[in-house]
Amino acid sequence: MSILVNRNTRLLVQGITGKEGTFHTRQCAEYGTKVVAGVTPGKGGATHEGIPVFNTVLEAVKSTGADASVIFVPPPFAADAILEAADAKLPLVVCITEGIPTMDMVRVKEFLEGTSTRLIGPNCPGIITPGECKIGIMPGSIHRPGAVGVISRSGTLTYEAVAQLTARNIGQSTCIGIGGDPIIGTHFIEALALFREDSATRGIVLIGEIGGNDEEAAARYIRENLEIPVVAFIAGRTAPPGKRMGHAGAIISGGIGTAAEKIKALQSSGIRVVDSPAGIGEAMAEELAAKSR
Amino acid sequence: MKIHEYQAKAILRQYGVPVPRGEVSFTPKEAAGIASRLGAGPYVVKAQIHAGGRGKGGGVKIAQSVAEVESLASQLIGMTLVTPQTGSEGKRVKRLLVEEGLQIVSEIYLGVVLDRNQGVPVLMASSEGGVEIEEVARRSPEKLLKAAIRPGFGLQAFQGRKLAYGLGLGAQADKALKLMTSLVRAYEDTDASMAEINPLVVTRSGDLIALDAKMNFDDNALYRHPNLRELRDLDEEESLEVEASRFGLNYIKLHGEVGCMVNGAGLAMATMDIIQLAGGAPANFLDVGGGASTEQVSNAFRILLSDASVRAVLINIFGGIMRCDIVAEGVAAAASRMGVKVPVVVRLEGTNVEEGRKILLKSGLNFTVADGMLDAASKVVALSKGGA
Repeated sequence: MSILVNRNTRLLVQGITGKEGTFHTRQCAEYGTKVVAGVTPGKGGATHEGIPVFNTVLEAVKSTGADASVIFVPPPFAADAILEAADAKLPLVVCITEGIPTMDMVRVKEFLEGTSTRLIGPNCPGIITPGECKIGIMPGSIHRPGAVGVISRSGTLTYEAVAQLTARNIGQSTCIGIGGDPIIGTHFIEALALFREDSATRGIVLIGEIGGNDEEAAARYIRENLEIPVVAFIAGRTAPPGKRMGHAGAIISGGIGTAAEKIKALQSSGIRVVDSPAGIGEAMAEELAAKSR
Repeated sequence: MKIHEYQAKAILRQYGVPVPRGEVSFTPKEAAGIASRLGAGPYVVKAQIHAGGRGKGGGVKIAQSVAEVESLASQLIGMTLVTPQTGSEGKRVKRLLVEEGLQIVSEIYLGVVLDRNQGVPVLMASSEGGVEIEEVARRSPEKLLKAAIRPGFGLQAFQGRKLAYGLGLGAQADKALKLMTSLVRAYEDTDASMAEINPLVVTRSGDLIALDAKMNFDDNALYRHPNLRELRDLDEEESLEVEASRFGLNYIKLHGEVGCMVNGAGLAMATMDIIQLAGGAPANFLDVGGGASTEQVSNAFRILLSDASVRAVLINIFGGIMRCDIVAEGVAAAASRMGVKVPVVVRLEGTNVEEGRKILLKSGLNFTVADGMLDAASKVVALSKGGA
């Protein structure tokens, strides 16, 4: 079991003929993802990496029955790509692109309201259900199928956590990177709600970072709605205020968004927060063992 | 990207926000010239640096005569201004804004920022002008008035009226509405991440004027604002950070002694955190990104080593997309060019890790291999303190 994506997911790649699009389409297909279509305006009719290319998302959906899209389009055109996917009524859109202007995302968010499209990202590594479907840029080999859900605002730090889980024979149901931007499609609480509905998920790793207050909202949600163990790590305890730490959303502004506040909110909701990024796998192993006793 | 007050005022003026008459000067002579063009005093001389709290630091002065403007200007230009926001090292003043003095009756706060929870910009107002908005939000949140700006709608007239009357600006309601609309338009048009007028003043003649102004811009949107890019003042930025940005690297200088080079922003922050847990302090944040080239890695390594406070270096790479051999080649290239005098701890994981280790071994670089983040952090911290 899993959330959002599985072996039946039919993936469309927007920006398939670009350098990133080409490389990751190949990686996703090799992992076993059913990549059924690509879209690059002006290159419709071609075949790329053995996959048919269309001029528009709508055409691609009509011809191939694609039900999820991944976006590798450069930042100036990425917002438009998300809107096109939503207009074609794709239920799931995963936007990998980093560097989309915030005002573009403000408009995207408004456009998506009331549609049936779920956006993941932007500025995220994507989503993977190990052994079934990989949509994104994460290294497939570090994952293994299992029962722990992973939700993270980061990329490589997620891989670090996943590798720690896998090294302890703790597999993952689905790992979802929600993105490092200030405006994202799917927040912690929405991802948590999806995992809550998945009977196969028996523990959750939550990786947050400085900026905003999504972790505080997640803490409240977990306290009120989740029975399964949650292990959290918050990156950026040592980050100075007012500086953007790589991710556009990772900034402490006006005293809001500090790691200390987030950790306090999580702990006071009874959630285990690890101090060390090296302790995530170990903590989850302990929590799962305690639960099964 | 940050800009100076005088630049923010020039932008706001274009959008119809009233600002005091004034000009920027780089020398005391220019400052005196501006004052005489302004006519009779009083005048205000304001140091232009990219940090707030300038008044508290002694960077804002009142002068009664042109001669006084010139003498204040010669004191201010070249001085190191320390404010609550600059850190103890302060910032050197190179530009001054010389303005007309105003007869002030009351002060108000106005600002537009992104509300991350609602996903829209929000216009905020408070009758406590001159106070930082975060402090108002903490102390008396009921005094904070807000209007959410829906994309494509701009500020609606009723929203402006609500704020204007809420601020007690009944007599100036029309002027206030026009000014707020202009501020919101300026924010949206320029892809600002923040546009603040603090304080907005009511003058004795009943006018509303932006006494101070601050604008920050979304770096991701600068590609479509070539005119704004020209406002960047490299003197105000950390020189190593400017150097790093030329190579597309995310580098932020910190105050510790352990230099770190990491791929990915989240892992880079986590690496800083674990260095501190191990008893050290990070010298920098450095994210080489997901798809860095050998050349970028080599420049990254060179930049972090050029920080004189670095006593040891930790390279922490989780190779997914980023291949370990590329990182190793970049490090080896930089090491052979510049020589490395501090100990280096390397933690490589993931794609092509064996090739990466071999390249480093052959490079002649003296480094310690670490197994996992915890081991890496404790080794590098021990080495930074002169241990083994």
